[in-house]
Amino acid sequence: MTDRVAEGAWTPSELELERRLHRRRASRRSVLVALVSTVLFTVAAGWLVVGSPNWDAVQQSFFNLEIAADSFPRILEGLWLNLRVLFFATIAVAIVATLLAVMRSLRGPVWFPLRALATGYTDLFRGLPVLIVLYLVGFGIPGLDTTVRIPVAVLGTIAITLCYSAYVAEVLRAGMEAVHPSQRIAARSLGLGHGETLRIVVIPQALRKVVPALMNDFVSMQKDVGLISVLGAVDAVRSAQIVSQTTYNFTPYVVAGLMFVALSFPMIRLTDYVSARMAKREQIGGTV
Amino acid sequence: MSASSGASSAASPVLELRDVHKLFGDNHVLRGVDLTVAGHEVVVVIGASGSGKSTLMRTINLIERVDDGRILLSGDDITDPGVDVDKVRARIGVVFQHFNLFPHMRVIDNVTLAARRVHGVDADVARDRGIGLLEKFGLGEKIRDYPDRLSGGQQQRVAIVRAIMTDPELLLLDEITSALDPMLVGEVLDLVRDLKAQGSTILMATHEMSFARSVADRIVFMHGGRPLESGTPEQIFENPQRPETQEFLARIMHR
Repeated sequence: MTDRVAEGAWTPSELELERRLHRRRASRRSVLVALVSTVLFTVAAGWLVVGSPNWDAVQQSFFNLEIAADSFPRILEGLWLNLRVLFFATIAVAIVATLLAVMRSLRGPVWFPLRALATGYTDLFRGLPVLIVLYLVGFGIPGLDTTVRIPVAVLGTIAITLCYSAYVAEVLRAGMEAVHPSQRIAARSLGLGHGETLRIVVIPQALRKVVPALMNDFVSMQKDVGLISVLGAVDAVRSAQIVSQTTYNFTPYVVAGLMFVALSFPMIRLTDYVSARMAKREQIGGTV
Repeated sequence: MSASSGASSAASPVLELRDVHKLFGDNHVLRGVDLTVAGHEVVVVIGASGSGKSTLMRTINLIERVDDGRILLSGDDITDPGVDVDKVRARIGVVFQHFNLFPHMRVIDNVTLAARRVHGVDADVARDRGIGLLEKFGLGEKIRDYPDRLSGGQQQRVAIVRAIMTDPELLLLDEITSALDPMLVGEVLDLVRDLKAQGSTILMATHEMSFARSVADRIVFMHGGRPLESGTPEQIFENPQRPETQEFLARIMHR
């Protein structure tokens, strides 16, 4: 309309420059406020903890650097077991949860037994505390046949898989239900059967919708594999316990805890990143 | 691209509905529909929203089960309980108001899916044919794109290509331009004209009266769940017999 545009050399107007200046000033002010409040809070919190009467004793038994350094290799070795359990449990959960979700989505009276089974399963294992499932599987299954020795880590993997499959199945089912029915109708109209429609059209779209939720479940599972220590598997937590009992010191637990945090950190950040990206895509650049 | 008439009886029409009823609870939506579509015929169904046009389309495609009456596809009773619905649907091409392309698949994969998965066509053969059809209808540059990169008109053209990929005996077009802005309607309707020129058998529901008039062999006016009046475009538009038809046309022409 104006000549500025017609020439192809558009520059922002006075009005826009004024607005940008205002926004820049406002954002500079918020950064400053954030900085000051963060520093104040950290100093106050640090002063409260370090200044408390028994800080030296607590530091000795929880944050002993010497013991931390000594126990580190042992606990790291234990963590390797956690990682292996995590790896196999993840694969098993993916398979079992998908089966459960598909079973629950089956329609028609013929499938009632499978549907009921899947529903009962998810109801049961979402309600049971992980620790109790670990005890039941870890001590119950070996009791069935005392001639066969199953490694405790394997039993732990089974227990974790049982629990997490129920959660993940529900997430997947929610995703499948979030795919618009018109997609299913379009697929069926082409002559695709129920199974192919599910596999080719519904599940790929469902997965996309629930990626952040699935990643969140994975982060949760990453730390819960530490619970297999209650069965006597020598993982990171159990290794820390062993060192702790010989040194009468709690530092090894802190070391193990930090390891789990470090393990989950990349996944947590990745989850945030993926969620933010998906939100952005759905907002199509809006600011609300 | 001619409709391959069923081997069962070459003389029978491609589609024949006999006294078809459909109820949703107490809502009697289709109240005894009789309708035939002969080979290479383009039949356009018009009527107000709620007159049963969409439900009619959905019953033919077996998305809704009829509550009475029979539907014959090239002489085969497709409302028989023992019929394999997937096989029937594979013989009918459907295009929807909202395109319903698969957003996670590229255009070419959308188009070739049924050929590969349902009709057992070799992937390369299907691909060549898909590319050929897309190029023919001006979509050659969009082959590798995902649907959300396309305009509404382009998406609907892709959806039509997807429906005709496997040479269906019958094409069902359910208000395929109703979700498009007026600028894009023309490109989609031109494609339908091409299909008619090639001899496709088409049953189409639409609100585009001028298009219905120029492309239809026969117009069917639906009212209250049954075809109230049918005839050539001239008969229906120039000289409608029923007062309901007259009223509907007066209203829709005045918009």
